[in-house]
Amino acid sequence: MPPKSGFSRTRNIDYDDDDAYDDDYYGEEEAEAETTADDKEQMRLGTIRVREALGEFEAGVGDSQIHEALWHYYYDVGKSVTYLKNQLGGVQPPRDAPAPKKEKAMSKFDQAASAAVQKAPIPAGTTPKKKRNPTANTEKLAQSVGNLTVDEPRVKSKNLNVVDEFEKSGMKRMANFVVVGHVDHGKSTLMGRLLYDLKVIDQRSIDKLRKEAENIGKSSFALAWVMDETSEERSRGITVDIATNYFQTDRTRFTILDAPGHKDFIPNMISGSSQADFPVLVIDASTNGFESGLKGQTKEHILIARSMGMQHIIVAVNKMDTIAWSKSRFDEISKRMTTFLTDASFLEKRITFIPLAGLTGENVVKKVDHPAADWYTGETLLEALERVDLPQRNLQKALRLSVADVFRGDMRSPLSISGRIESGTIQVGDVILALPANETATVKAIEIEDEPVDWAVAGQIPTLHLADIDPVHLRQGDIVCPVNAPVKLVKAFSSKLLAFEHVLPCPVEVFRSTLSSPGSVRTLSAKLNKFTGEVVKKRPRIIKPGEVARVVVVLERELPIEEGMRVVIRERGRTIGAGLMEHVA
Amino acid sequence: MRLIYSKIEQKTGEGTVGLLPEEPEDMWHIYNLIQEKDIVRARAVRRISKITEFGPTSSQRVAFDLEVAVLATDFDIGSGQLHVIGRVAEQNEHAKMGAHHTLDLELNRKFHLTKADGWDSVALQMLREACDVDRRAELWAVVLGPGTANICIITEHQTILKQHIEVPVSRKRRGGVDSHTKGMEKFFSTTLATLLRQMDLTGTSAAKLGKTLPLLLASPGFVAQSFLQHIKDEATRTTNKPLLALIPSIVVAHSSSEHIHALSDILSSPTIASKLSDTKYARETALMDQFTTLMRHDDGRAWYGPREVERAVDKGGVGRGGGVLMISNALFRAQDVDERRRWVKLVDRVRDIEGGEVRVFSSLHESGKRLEGLGNIAAILTYPIEDLDDEDGDLDEGDQEGDMII
Repeated sequence: MPPKSGFSRTRNIDYDDDDAYDDDYYGEEEAEAETTADDKEQMRLGTIRVREALGEFEAGVGDSQIHEALWHYYYDVGKSVTYLKNQLGGVQPPRDAPAPKKEKAMSKFDQAASAAVQKAPIPAGTTPKKKRNPTANTEKLAQSVGNLTVDEPRVKSKNLNVVDEFEKSGMKRMANFVVVGHVDHGKSTLMGRLLYDLKVIDQRSIDKLRKEAENIGKSSFALAWVMDETSEERSRGITVDIATNYFQTDRTRFTILDAPGHKDFIPNMISGSSQADFPVLVIDASTNGFESGLKGQTKEHILIARSMGMQHIIVAVNKMDTIAWSKSRFDEISKRMTTFLTDASFLEKRITFIPLAGLTGENVVKKVDHPAADWYTGETLLEALERVDLPQRNLQKALRLSVADVFRGDMRSPLSISGRIESGTIQVGDVILALPANETATVKAIEIEDEPVDWAVAGQIPTLHLADIDPVHLRQGDIVCPVNAPVKLVKAFSSKLLAFEHVLPCPVEVFRSTLSSPGSVRTLSAKLNKFTGEVVKKRPRIIKPGEVARVVVVLERELPIEEGMRVVIRERGRTIGAGLMEHVA
Repeated sequence: MRLIYSKIEQKTGEGTVGLLPEEPEDMWHIYNLIQEKDIVRARAVRRISKITEFGPTSSQRVAFDLEVAVLATDFDIGSGQLHVIGRVAEQNEHAKMGAHHTLDLELNRKFHLTKADGWDSVALQMLREACDVDRRAELWAVVLGPGTANICIITEHQTILKQHIEVPVSRKRRGGVDSHTKGMEKFFSTTLATLLRQMDLTGTSAAKLGKTLPLLLASPGFVAQSFLQHIKDEATRTTNKPLLALIPSIVVAHSSSEHIHALSDILSSPTIASKLSDTKYARETALMDQFTTLMRHDDGRAWYGPREVERAVDKGGVGRGGGVLMISNALFRAQDVDERRRWVKLVDRVRDIEGGEVRVFSSLHESGKRLEGLGNIAAILTYPIEDLDDEDGDLDEGDQEGDMII
């Protein structure tokens, strides 16, 4: 018997069957050697029938292979043929494909195939048993062995050139945007309205939500409940975690990431922003609404979005209906926000302001139809979304995916992950490496926007159904990368940091896209010139807001962080800075 | 800890004390007191084999008082065990001079400590603190977030992380929040089970003393409230009397994160601070906050780092009228005797000559950890002193336009 530990760990189906073998393994070992005449006859007949069934594949198959397969499947011709075909299917495609990723996927397949071959001798130990109990036991065993092979996660890679496929497919533009802003400024409601007006959410669901909302006396929350689904979010009337939703227009497929506005959930907001291409900032235009937001999370959200590298921003000046579409108020907000946004180094031409009303839906999908609002002739929110330029996708680089969620997808896949592909491509059958656990897994299936697909590229937020990995090895914030191009695990790193608040060496929380980890700022190495990057002062004792410095950040444990990745640093509930990982310290 | 006797020469500081540790925390004090080269006398158990002409025949365990000169100490925070590694300093029939021996100091077993270098002011202060019999504040704290929890116990001088819990909770997904809800339930029940095991409500220690330690639950968002609700539900469902009795002493607080260092901002929040007003921890946290506020103002009244603070003291900045020297007890544990002397001298100078306030932070508290980040020493000065760090002044930072490097 081959050593079990190697692959039985990853194939849980083995457990049950092994027990069965172990029971009668010893007593019957002697009997095994004798191949009876019966067997020989069956083998001969079987071989002929398999040859017939194989047809065109027949040439590549030797007698010994057929014998082995037949033996393995107890002369079940159908199963043997499938097995042989599969094996051939995997071996035959030309191996001269240049991409290294393919070779790797191939080798995994070979491994699976050879594992199956290795497995074949195992049941041999039990075969004599069927001599004694010719019918019942044979069937049972045959069935269990058959299951064993059929259920094996043998994922076939189509070996696609994903970049070509992507270019051929002529897919619509893909845009992910994150909705940010202070708590209660109407982010979720605005998105609920957008989905409702685009008929993504049908009238019946909305009516149902409306009724439920009225029951607890919060009728105005009905639209927000499209996004806020947990009981806690509904009873408290605020968003807690990122809600994802999709819609498409003629040109673009959009993914909405609705971020929570409350300051306690900024970690979730950071995780959502890291998956987005640009932010939609929602501002409450009502009296005091805008001002309280400025004191609250509006600024912090903008700074986080900017430090994630986003260039464009749409500012939705919400709740215009409550101030009777006052132009002066809109202008005041636009002016103050423009100043702030340009300070945060958004270019003025990349900022779009839209007055709208999320609750009633004016200027969201359809233009405002209100006499007091005739001064505004610009775009609706939807038009503005369509117009945003999207950043270039890094398809050619190695795969990087930051895990946003780990969950049980459905019965067929015990473990699924989702997250945005930051660079590179992935296809079904690929073997991936999960860090920091350093465990490999096979991609069994990929879903995008709940539709199964064969591949996914940078910029998309796929759900990957995985096989051959234990759930303990994956958690939010992990990085998924190719086996041959892993991300290094880092304990301490030097970072170029833009300070939002005063920075002292202190314990902090470090965020890298969906990852959050305790750590500390160990040393302030140097203060840098904002524009040239030259050292202005060595070892400053404090870094003031707005200054750029090089600091050494130490993590509590080793985590995958790479040069050029963006990190956000928070201390005691405030975002104190954001930066770029420079090198391992 | 009980001081059994003290024979310390006032002038030179030479002498010996007899001590009886009574609580686990005393071990931490002893760990801070014992230095390399000190002489410790305590009960020791050695296995003695009788050797005859025909080789060793019998071996037996003999307990006797043994005096060792300390080479190193080994302290396990979690279990509160202290091992003193040393060489025998006083020969007797069972142990030869110079032989290695590791003494395990135990609760309720007295020992004698002689300082090799004499009892300096810091050591005496530590001794006083350790033998202070006033009832000290202690509380359990659970800092939690969705899927992670840290259970710790906060005492006067220590914050001990008893258990870190991580339960995978999937996030809310479109069209199905079941797995999220289920995950949270599993997380709560795991956390509660672990907490009860750690607190040992029915067990001997707490029940015997007839005290229930208060429990602090802290989290960002509503996780702590939900957890409290879960505790209440469980207590009623299982009619767990000790747990029901605990409920009134549970305090729910807000923290900025689920990590253990968030304790420092929980304890500085007014509601919690009023409950713990007089603990060392709360005072230290308040001081650290004051320090960081001054740092932010950047008026030269707050400095950190060994050299900077020493210079500030030299210039008379840490004196009467608000000067505070904050120093971590990690510095006094320095292996190097000269290093320790340097800090003791500094402390003495600030306290006795300059008239400033000296605070020795416990390196096991979060405030001490924050201080550690600043080089274990910091000071609030009475008047601003600029440029204590002898770097060249700021180079000119031209206000150029263009894209920022970040």
